[in-house]
Order: sequence, then structure tokens, then C-alpha cells
Amino acid sequence: MFTRRQALLGAAAAAMLAAMPPLAAAANEAEVAALPREKVTLVAPPFVHAHEQVATSGPKVVEFTMPIVEKKVVIDDEGTEFQAMTFNGSMPGPMMVVHEGDYVELTLINLETNSMPHNIDFHAATGALGGGALTLINPGEQVKLRFKATRTGTFVYHCAPEGAMIPWHVVSGMSGTIMVLPRDGLKNEKGEPVRYDQAFYIGENDFYVPRDEDGNFKTYESHGDSYADTLEVMKGLIPTHVVFNGAKGALTGDNAMKLKVGETVLIVHSQANRDTRPHLIGGHGDYVWEEGKFANPPAKDLETWFIRGGSAGAALYTFLQPGVYAYVNHNLIEAVELGATAHFLVEGEWDDDLMKQVEAPGPIPVN
Amino acid sequence: MHLHLYEAAVGAAAALALPAAIIGISGEPRGPSLHEVRPTVAIVETVLDYPLPGEFLAGGTPAAAPVENRAVPAFHVMKQQVSLADYGLCVADGACDPADAAPTGADVPVTGVSFLDAEAYARWYSKARGQTWRLPSAVEAAAAAAERFGGESFSAAADDAANPSVRWLRRYREEAAVKRPADPEPKPRGHYGPNTRGIEDFGGNVWEWTSTCYARTTLAADGSIESVTDNCGVHVLEGRHRAYMSNFVRDGKSGGCAVGTPPENLGFRLVRDEDSMIARARNWLRGAFRSAMADTV
Repeated sequence: MFTRRQALLGAAAAAMLAAMPPLAAAANEAEVAALPREKVTLVAPPFVHAHEQVATSGPKVVEFTMPIVEKKVVIDDEGTEFQAMTFNGSMPGPMMVVHEGDYVELTLINLETNSMPHNIDFHAATGALGGGALTLINPGEQVKLRFKATRTGTFVYHCAPEGAMIPWHVVSGMSGTIMVLPRDGLKNEKGEPVRYDQAFYIGENDFYVPRDEDGNFKTYESHGDSYADTLEVMKGLIPTHVVFNGAKGALTGDNAMKLKVGETVLIVHSQANRDTRPHLIGGHGDYVWEEGKFANPPAKDLETWFIRGGSAGAALYTFLQPGVYAYVNHNLIEAVELGATAHFLVEGEWDDDLMKQVEAPGPIPVN
Repeated sequence: MHLHLYEAAVGAAAALALPAAIIGISGEPRGPSLHEVRPTVAIVETVLDYPLPGEFLAGGTPAAAPVENRAVPAFHVMKQQVSLADYGLCVADGACDPADAAPTGADVPVTGVSFLDAEAYARWYSKARGQTWRLPSAVEAAAAAAERFGGESFSAAADDAANPSVRWLRRYREEAAVKRPADPEPKPRGHYGPNTRGIEDFGGNVWEWTSTCYARTTLAADGSIESVTDNCGVHVLEGRHRAYMSNFVRDGKSGGCAVGTPPENLGFRLVRDEDSMIARARNWLRGAFRSAMADTV
């Protein structure tokens, strides 16, 4: 009944919609109202909020709240300061997990201390620019969006305000991932269930920080001050930083991810802007959903997997050998020089059958 | 063309804040300004316990560096690290490549220099002064650094011969635990103060090149050295902790480092062997003292 009017309005003045009273939805509103509701508290990546891998009940409305936080952060070991824009205060924004058929109900808050309008575009959602056309809010405003999770997989969400603001907000940190699990959980290529002991969410950021005439990174008083220079660097398409979780070394040292031999990890990797190619040095991807969509069978035994810019993928791996594992973007220049390296610390018994140093390094024998 | 060259020369001079006289306008022999002799500290002949640099294997597994009791002959060492301005004189003279260091008016140590750069400076400085100046060996650096000597921070020994990951994980955690916030900005010389020998800034944020090659040593069952493979494409740097870097590396972050935060900066200071005449005199005095002592017994 309202479909046509909605469509017209959407086409005519998407931005105005946000200011209008919410339109009454279709006849199923009462059904949605009758669904159980669950309130989820989001956690900062690489961790993922507690969730069921196999749903033990029917569809529900899952409520999330995310403030948008503009703030200055340090993004490398040289102390480079960066004017970041974040969902929930972290880069990437937190990962949300629901099941197929659930309704995602997000309260998005643009803090009064912010300086810019923001919104959210869910690649998992259908219509209205992924929700972007219904969520544009100014500092000091909030908005509530509901969408139905109709497709399974890992999907990027990001800010998409308008025009040139879109790429700038994204490469300033405004992206995250939602994972929509099949109600009966993940399955391998034979349709057999697979499970993980722990899920980690790694969001890859490409940053474009202007330099001064001496080649040093510039710092700016505000986001607005940084915009013109940053746009010039962005248009060169060569990032100054390619990092995981918002800063060089963010997932190393004390913040390295910890597991034990025999444990299975699900690594969700997103890149909202640019292609990347994760690789676990000394390990593999047992099952990899490169495109991140669980309706497709996973690829097996991958060495490196490809994450298209603007998507999130998922890799499942059971650690077989203890040690320090580097998880990198296998453009190794980006991994080592620009920062795209994380570490897994895995404890357990060494398996000589899998690998053994038969002879220690020593002089070449002379015959 | 000539004008451009002249401008470049003037630009370089201005950048280094040099008095014009040093640039050799008068046709004087170039080199460090001789009226500005770099202060040195005399290190007397000493004996010290010294953890050998490099990697060690015993029974096919990594072992801790053996500590040797070493005699170090007397030598002179620069009180301060070679400064950016001093290094700039060598650059202006065409004998050194420019360092990868931001120009500054402050009296900072030269940073962003490789082993090869340090060697080139030593050759130029020796020629200019008519003396033999060289990089210290790692054991000389230890003698000069005295209580500030860092050496290896953590044991390289295998914790469990059957499971190499135990050592890898321990080292990783130890490194993470001592990780400091990066502070790469070179400080004015003297900032880190003198050690008990009066040598300044050792163990600050500038690591110092030595003339000692990286080596991998295999130890016999009794701890004696079975075989050594030197790799003189990599040299030892001493500082807050020991580091090993390829000869051409100028940025500590890009080279390998045994432990902890990689060196923030790479620089150096030079040493000079004791003048043979003074050494002879000192030895004679020492001998006379010894025989005098012997007489009293």
C-alpha cells in the first residue's frame, strides 16, 4: 500500500526521509512485534560477542546500539596521529552476529561531540542503499533501523553519507561486519556441520595520511582540516598505512590472539574499500568462504584467500602445531612495511611428524 | 648549471648550519675542523665477562650465548656519538653519503646511517686527522659502555628440546612485556647523560654499530667452540640490547633485532688505539709498579 509512495520518496529525497515520521510497515508488523527480542552488547574487535552457532529457537529481533565516535587515534609505531571516524569507538566497528531470518534492529547514535552527519549502509540489508537512505543523522541525533537478515554470510557495513564523503568516511575507519549464520550453523562442502571454538574479527584498514615537505606525516586539529590534503592522497590510490584493526601492531604483542593446538578458529576478515589477500604463515584455511557467503560451499585447504574490496570473508582453521603464527595480507610489502600483520600465539605439543629440523644449521661439510 | 651547483652547495651548508669557513673556500685541506677536536675518553686495559654475540647451537638446539672472560687492550673512545653536523662535514667533502636523518639545528647524533656509512666516515675522519680511527669491536663497546652495556636481553636457549615453540612463545612474551612506546626523535647529544666512565648517551635511542661480524657458533658437549660460521654481511650493534643488522641497513625498524623493540635509530662513535709511545710508557710504568709490588712481598 505504501510501497509506491516509499519508492517515490526514496528516489526523490532520500535524505529527507530521515526527518519524516517512521512510515507504517506492512501487515507483518504485528508479527514482528510478537517475536522475542534479544539485546546484544557489542564488543571491540578482534573479539566477537557471545552467540549461538546453531540457533536453538526461532527468529527474533536482535537489538544493537552503536554510537558513532569521531576521535583522534595513533595508527603506527611512529606515533602518527589520525583523525578517525568510528562505529562504537573501534576500527573496525564491532562484528554483529545474528541468524538467517532474524531481524536486526540497530539504534545508531551520532554523538553531540561529533562534527559531521553519518549513516550506515549494511551490505546484508535490502533496499534504501542498504539502510543508508534511512539513517542519515546529524551530531546530537539518533535513528533506529530494522532490517531482516535474509541472506547468510559475512557482510560489510559502512558509513555512506554522500558523494566524496563516502570514501573519506570509510577510509577514516567507518566500516564493520555483520555475520548472518544459517539457523543450523556452518556446514562443509558435504553439508556436514562444522564448528569453531573461537571467532576473531579482523578488519583491514587502508589509510591515506598526508605528509609535509620533509616527508613526515602531518597531524590536523580536526577532521575538516585534514579533508583536502587527505583527499589528494586518496586519489593517488596508494595507502600510507595498511593495518589490521585500526593501527600497526594492534593485534600483536600483548594483543596477539591466543589459542591452543587442536582448537578451531573462525577468522572473519573484512576490507570495506580495497582488495586484500589474507594468509596464515605456517597454517592454512581448512574451509574458506572467500566471498563470505555461507550458501556457497567453502573452498578447502587454501594457502591464501582473496577478499574483494567491499566484502568480508571467513576462514575456518584448526591449529595443528604450536608457535607464533603471523597472519598477514600476503602483499608482503603491505604486511611488513605498511602494517598488515597480526599474530596468533598457539600453545601445545610439537608434532615432529608434521615438521622436524633434521639437522641444525652448521658449516657446509667439505669432502 | 654552475649556478645550480653553487646553490646546491650553499643549500647543503645552510642545512647543516656550518660556518662558511669549513666548506673549504680558502682551499684548506678539508675535514673536521681541527680546532674543534672531538673529546675522547681513555679506556684503560680491562678484563670483563662478555657474552659472545651471535647465535649458538648445542646438540642441535639453540643455546645461551657463552660468557667469556676477555682482556680488552686500552683504547680511546669518543665521549659522544658522532653528530649529524660532524657527519655532514664528511658528506660536504664528498666522502660520505647523506644520512637518512631530518635536518635540524640541534646538536643531535647522526642517525639513519648504515655500517657502510660508519666505515666511510671512519676512513675520512682518520685521513683528516692523520690518525687511525675505527668502529669499536663489540667487546670494546661493552668495555666502554660499562654498566650501561645491554648485550642479549633474554636467553636464546631452547626451553624444551622436543618443542621449539616453547622458546618462541617465551621470547615473544618477553619482548612484548618490555615493549616501550616508540621514541625515535633523536635527542640533543648529552641528553642521556654520562656513564661511570664519562661516556655519554650509550643506551639511549641511538644504537651503535660495531666492527664485529654476526656469527653462528656450534658448541661441543663440553661447551667449547666446535665451529663458527661468520657472516660479515651482518654486524653487531650495541645499545639497550644487542641487535644484528645487514651492513646496508640504515633504519633499525627494517632490520632484524634479537629482542624487544627494534633499535629506534642507528648511529655510531669511533675509537682509536692508544698511541704506541704512550702505550709503551704506560706498560713500562705498569711493569715498574708490578716489580715494585713484587719487591714488597
